Formats: sequence, C-alpha cells, structure tokens
Amino acid sequence: MSAPRRTGWIAASAAIVATLVYGFACAPANRPAGTIGTGDAASKVYVAPGTHDEFYAFLSGGFNGQVGVYGLPSGRLLKIIPVFSQFAENGYGYSEETKPMLETTFGNIPWDDLHHTALSQTNGEDDGRWLFVNANNTPRVARVDLATFETDEILQIPNSGGNHGSPFITSNSEYVLASTRFSVPIPQADVAIADYAKSFKGTISFVKADQPGKMDVAFQLLVPGYNYDLARAGKGPSKDWVFFTSYNSEQAYEKLEVNASKADKDFIAAINWKTLEACVAGGKAETWPAQYMHNTMDHATRTAQNEVKQSVKVLTPTTCPNSIYFLPTPKSPHGADVDPSGEYIVAGGKLATVIPVHSFTKLQQAIKDQAFETTIDGIPVIKYEAILAGEVKDPGLGPLHTEFDGQGYAYTSMFISSEIVKWKLGTWEIVDRAPTFYSIGHLMIPGGATTKPSGKYVVALNKITKDRYLPTGPELTQSAQIYDISGERMKLLLDFPTTGEPHYGNAIAADKIKPNQKKFFTLAENKHPQVVRNEKETGVSRSGKTVHVKMAAIRSHFSPDNLEGVQVGDTVLFHITNLEQDWDIPHGFAVMGATNAELLIMPGETRTLKWVPKTVGVYPMYCTDFCSALHQEMSGYVRVSPVGSSVPLKGNSVKAQGQVARAAARGVTLPTPPSGEGANPHAGHSMPQPR
Amino acid sequence: MVSQRSRVLFAIAALALGAAVLFPLWRVSLTAPQYPEGLGMYIWAHTVAGISPNDLQNINGLNHYIGMKAIVPESIPELKVMRPGILAMAALGLFVAFTGRLRYMRWWTGVLVLSAIVGLVDFWRWEYDYGHDLDLENAPIKVPGMTYQPPLIGSKNLLNFTATSLPATGGLLAIGAVLLSLGVATRARRVTA
Repeated sequence: MSAPRRTGWIAASAAIVATLVYGFACAPANRPAGTIGTGDAASKVYVAPGTHDEFYAFLSGGFNGQVGVYGLPSGRLLKIIPVFSQFAENGYGYSEETKPMLETTFGNIPWDDLHHTALSQTNGEDDGRWLFVNANNTPRVARVDLATFETDEILQIPNSGGNHGSPFITSNSEYVLASTRFSVPIPQADVAIADYAKSFKGTISFVKADQPGKMDVAFQLLVPGYNYDLARAGKGPSKDWVFFTSYNSEQAYEKLEVNASKADKDFIAAINWKTLEACVAGGKAETWPAQYMHNTMDHATRTAQNEVKQSVKVLTPTTCPNSIYFLPTPKSPHGADVDPSGEYIVAGGKLATVIPVHSFTKLQQAIKDQAFETTIDGIPVIKYEAILAGEVKDPGLGPLHTEFDGQGYAYTSMFISSEIVKWKLGTWEIVDRAPTFYSIGHLMIPGGATTKPSGKYVVALNKITKDRYLPTGPELTQSAQIYDISGERMKLLLDFPTTGEPHYGNAIAADKIKPNQKKFFTLAENKHPQVVRNEKETGVSRSGKTVHVKMAAIRSHFSPDNLEGVQVGDTVLFHITNLEQDWDIPHGFAVMGATNAELLIMPGETRTLKWVPKTVGVYPMYCTDFCSALHQEMSGYVRVSPVGSSVPLKGNSVKAQGQVARAAARGVTLPTPPSGEGANPHAGHSMPQPR
Repeated sequence: MVSQRSRVLFAIAALALGAAVLFPLWRVSLTAPQYPEGLGMYIWAHTVAGISPNDLQNINGLNHYIGMKAIVPESIPELKVMRPGILAMAALGLFVAFTGRLRYMRWWTGVLVLSAIVGLVDFWRWEYDYGHDLDLENAPIKVPGMTYQPPLIGSKNLLNFTATSLPATGGLLAIGAVLLSLGVATRARRVTA
C-alpha cells in the first residue's frame, strides 16, 4: 500500500469513526453539510434562466401576516402577498381602498399572525382558484384570489380566542374550518380566570367558503374549554367529517407548560359536518348575538367594503347528537392529518413516544357499537383500542405533522429530534429518516393534503437556521428545505430562506394557476367613483376642507402634474388611475411628508392616497415604481398655501398640456387633424408663477 | 365566352377577394426585449386593431416617446371605402364570371391589379407618414436622422423593436384572387357557346 493511499484509508476510517461518535453524541442534525446532498442535487433544483418552476408554493409567513410565494423546486421567491399586515411596498392597508380590509370590530388592526394555508379543492383535489389563510391573534380567515394574488376577502371569527386550527378545507371547498386555540368565556364576560373550567368554552366554526365575497360563519359548535390546535377535513369515505386536535383536557389555566401536559391522552374531536348542517336546517341552532366583521374587495371599484354581522348560529353537542366524538390520542396532539384514501387519521402527539393512527372504518364501527368509555358534556369518548389502526413505534422525538406521497407512505416531522421520518401506512414501519436544519414544524408535499398528492418533493419548514446561512445579527432567517422523495431514500436538494416564520404551506402544479393570471384590470370596467379613463377626465375639486385630485398615471407622466391652491390642513385625496392596459406596468405614487405609504397602482386600477399637509411649501410627488426610460421625469409638485389663501385651486391637466394626439393615444377615440394643438404644445404649460 | 372551367376559376377569384374582408389583410408585429409576448396590429379592410385587445393602445402609448402620431382608425379615410370597394369588386367579378366574357375578365383583372398597386402604395404612404411626420418638439426620445417607417413586407429594426410586416389571411386571399384572375385572364381561350 503506497503512502498516499494509506493516508487516505486512515482518513476515511477516522471520518467514519468521527461520524458515528458525533452521530451518537449529538443530534444527527450536526452532520457536516458536505456529507448531505448528493452530486446531482443542484441539477434537480436548477431551473434554467427563462424557464418556469413546476410548482407554486404558498408558505405562510407567520408573524409577518403575509404569504410568501415561491417556485419549486428552485426555491425562488416570486411574491409576497400581504393579507393581515399593512404592506408599504404596495400600499396595502394604507390606501383608502384597502384600509377596510384590515378593519375588525376592535378597530383597524394592521398586523396578524398567519399560520396556515389551504388551497381550494374540488373533489378532493387542488383546483387553483383560491388560497385561504388564518389570522391567529385576532381571529380571522382570509381568501386570496389566485388570479390576482391579492387578498379579496377577510372574515372575522366571533366567539374565538386565537384562531389556530384554521383554515383547513373540506374536499369540495364547502367550508373552511376554524377552531379556537384559547378557550374563553363565550360570550365574552368579566369572569375570574380561576373559573376556567366552569366559564370557558371553545368553539369550532364552519365558515362557508365556496363563493367569493360571500364568506360567512355558517354555524359554530360549542365545545368543552380545551385548547384546540389543528384540523384536517376528511376525504373520500370520510369527506363528511372533520378532525380537530385538542390539548389541555386538564383544563389548566396557569403554568400550562406543566399543567396542560399531565394527561396521558388528550382528544381528537371527530365531527360530522353533514349532521351539523342537518341540525342547523332543523332549527336546532340558537342564534346568539355576536359582532364580527366581513370585509370584501369590490371587483368593480377595487375598493374594500365592511359589513358588521350581528349574530351567529350556535349548536351544542347535546342539541345535535351524533355530530361529535372524542378520540383519545396520546399525548398533547398537535397535527391531525388524513391520508389520501380518507381512511387513516394520523395524530402528531407532540409529547408522545408513538405516532398513533386512527381508522375511519373502525371509528364508524365503534360509533355503531357504542364503544364509549365516557361522555364529556354530551360528547361520547370512544375507546382508544376500538379505533386504533396502528402505532408507529419509536418514530423520533416530537412528532408534529404528517403529509402523504400518494404511494402509501407518510412523512412525519419531528420537532425535537429535527428530522423527517418516512413510514409505511398499514405496516407502520419506519423506512427512512432524514435530518432537518433545524426544529422542523410543518412539512409539505405538493398536493399532500389532497386525494392526489404529487409525491415528488417534501418541503421542511424550519424554525431555526443556526449555521445554514450568513449570520444576520441575533435574529437569523427562517428556512425551508426541499427533499427529493421520488426514490426510496429522501435526498436533501436545497435549502432556501423564507420570509417570516413559515408554518404550513401548500404547493400546486403551476399549470393549474398560470393560465388564469390577470394581466391588468380593464379600464372600461373600472367603476371606482373617482376613476379617470383618459387624461381629459382628470381634475381638481374642493369640498370644504377636502380636496379631491383625480389624476391619471401613464408612462411617463402624471396628469395633472402640478397642483396649486391646496391649503395647510386640507385633506388631500389623490385618486390616481393607472391608464396602462399592459401586463406588469404598475405605477407608483408618493408625496413628500405624507404620513402614509406609497401607492402601487395596477394597470386599469384607481387607488387613493390621503395626505394632510401641515406646513406651507412646494412638495414634490413622484412615481415610485420604475416604469419607463423617463420614469425619473414622472413627477410633479403640489403647492401648499396658508389657510385662507387666495391662490385658486387648479391642476394643469390635459388642456394645459395641449397634446391632443397624446390624449388620443391614451384611448380617446376622437380623430384629430394632424395639425391641431400639436403646433404649440406647451401653451398653458406654465410653471408656478412667483407672486 | 370562355370555358366552364375558366368561369368557375374566375368566380373563385372573385369570391376569394370578397372573403378577404372577413379577415385581416395585413399583420404588423412588434417584438422587443421587454415584450417577449409581442405586440402587434392587424390591418383590416375597415379598421386597424390590436392583435391582443389592448395592443393598439399600448403601441400608441409607446409611440408617443418618439413623437409618432396616434394610430386612430377612425381618422383614416381609406378604411371607410376599402371594404365597400372590395365587396363591389367581388360582386362585379362574380357577374363577369357569369357572363363568361373574356374581355370583361381582362378589364376586371386589370382594375384589380391596379387597385392592389394603388392600395399598397397608399399603405406605404401611410407608413411613411407615420414613420416620418414626428412631433419632434414633444418627442422625449429623439435619435438624429432616425425614422420609424415599418416595412411593407419583411422585417426591420426600429430602435429596440423589430417590426415585421406580412400579409395576413385576408391579404393572402386577395393576392390569391389577383393571381387566379391573372391566370384566367391571360390563359383562357374563347370557346363558342
């Protein structure tokens, strides 16, 4: 053996020994990065310039209140969709048209904690119409329209304290589900917290979701005061059922870390929503007063509207028997996931040492046999053994969530041991495990929540990224990781940073969304009360202390581009219509000193910026989104005079600009003689005269 | 009189000419790095329209940078007379085919060829006008010596755009009508009735 060869051999042995020792001593997560990912990993996530990703992935943004849209497998960030948070980038929640979207009965709330996503389904398959997301803090559910990638509708959930188990969807998008994470007095009342067991209740809400603009809490089921965590609707044979996990069946109200973790088993609530529907139709529900808000984006005016609803229908388990059953489940279950066949309900007992799997068939039999061990508040508790399909033994530490590949395998995320565990449905044997970096929460397979998963990739959504990326101060980025699951063993292909903390996510074949994309809003169909359809319709008007500016934006100017006669303390409303009718030509608008954000106005859309000037002067305004070679020239001034000034209100709109041909080019159909005003185009285009 | 076959062919030529008004005559397409999907317009006998619904508006929007006049179909007088003219010619052609008189056929063909030449020259003149009569005082982009006349047939680079001009379905039908009637008019022989 030659010297170099021997050295190599020793080094290799040392590496193996070191790896084993390291592997035993620490979490497998500490394997050096070089040993993971195989030679062809890069090519499997490489999407060549100019070509498109195969999937859209929608990852919830957690505490940023937004949704991140990524391409898979490249991991490229395509868009951030603001839902429950103001978004300075496009003025969402700042413009007068979008402010109402963030309105609640508590007032305008510019933030929330967005945990989960659910794509609309038809026959148990993703159909690419809408994305639903939840607000955890101030309970709300929102609909995002996937033709525009904009938030279209937000519904507040009454009688709820923390909308965590939400917005999981039924297989024909009949309902999105919403459970209360924190039980609270219902209706709210001033009671001692020590009266928790007596006074606190949970609710499970069924939100009608199948018609845009018409979301509503169809009914609520009043349930014992536990913490409700996550949910999944059934599919196939179980499609009339929904499954919610709960913890704190101890009904502890202080030091939950210890006191809510004592019982060996908590419950999955199995609920037949068809039975509930029948009870509501049969007049079993009580109508309770409840104030909650429904916000919708009007498509004709592109302006959001609010409606305050005054009551909600409430059912109790005793008034609607056979609608809900408790399935004992070890221990403090987090996820409840239903496999593509609809037969297995997999629980992620976050403190359990096994992954329990319930059988839907056995559940039906147990209900028939009345195999109940007890009844809580009218809810039968079914015997654990009667419904158990099997247990995955020694899966790892901290099982949370399970997704399915459609090939008979399940993939469970392990929060504490930071790994994904692959196991076989039916035999419950573990066939593979892969480390994640680090503290994986949810995991996601494209279509994994449907009857037809596309078992190509699993995406790990991780909480901690120590050592994965360049450090950025105390707070590091959140992260997602893509694993190839097309073979027997999972292979790490890529990790990429995400915005906010991703909780759940969905991915869908790009072909189901791409063809429906809206390119622009048709100007002729713009019904905004302050719309201008060409530059001739622009103008300035005053009504008391309010000044309305109807302004047009088109490459590369505003019309009017100079305003005079505005006075200190006026409320100036800039109503700006983007006259473009071309894809990807938004215009921006900002004015110096406005205590607001910019506007980003999509082609054919009208948006309004409110500005109250506080001091006299001449204020520049300009286009913020690069629009053309003369983008820098797309600007103007507002002259602000003292209160009571005699400066007349005026804006130099079309007439002053004198470009008839130009006006014609903006969609005005009038034929104009070639000579016309073009001869002296600058007539009246005067600079502000010094006085 | 000419042979039955010649009369049928001549009638087909007249019908093809008439059918030309049902389709765009010419297609001018524009591509640029920023417009991978392309922009373009169809020139019909009676109007000018974008290939996609807003193309004409977008073309006009872009053309304002170079001071080009807006293309406003209503202001082009030829578009008012072209469709009735073509239809009248087609009807006349059918009548000529019915009579089967070779002399009429030759006259009709002659008029058609002449009209086609006049039409193309007129089209070229409009292109010349749009391309050259620029409002340079108000054009944000001025390139010394540059004009923007698109080609009658073929491709040409105009700043960042490549303009391609080709006959469209209607134009091909009209060209077919010309060729067919020419063929009949030159090759048909008188036969006794």
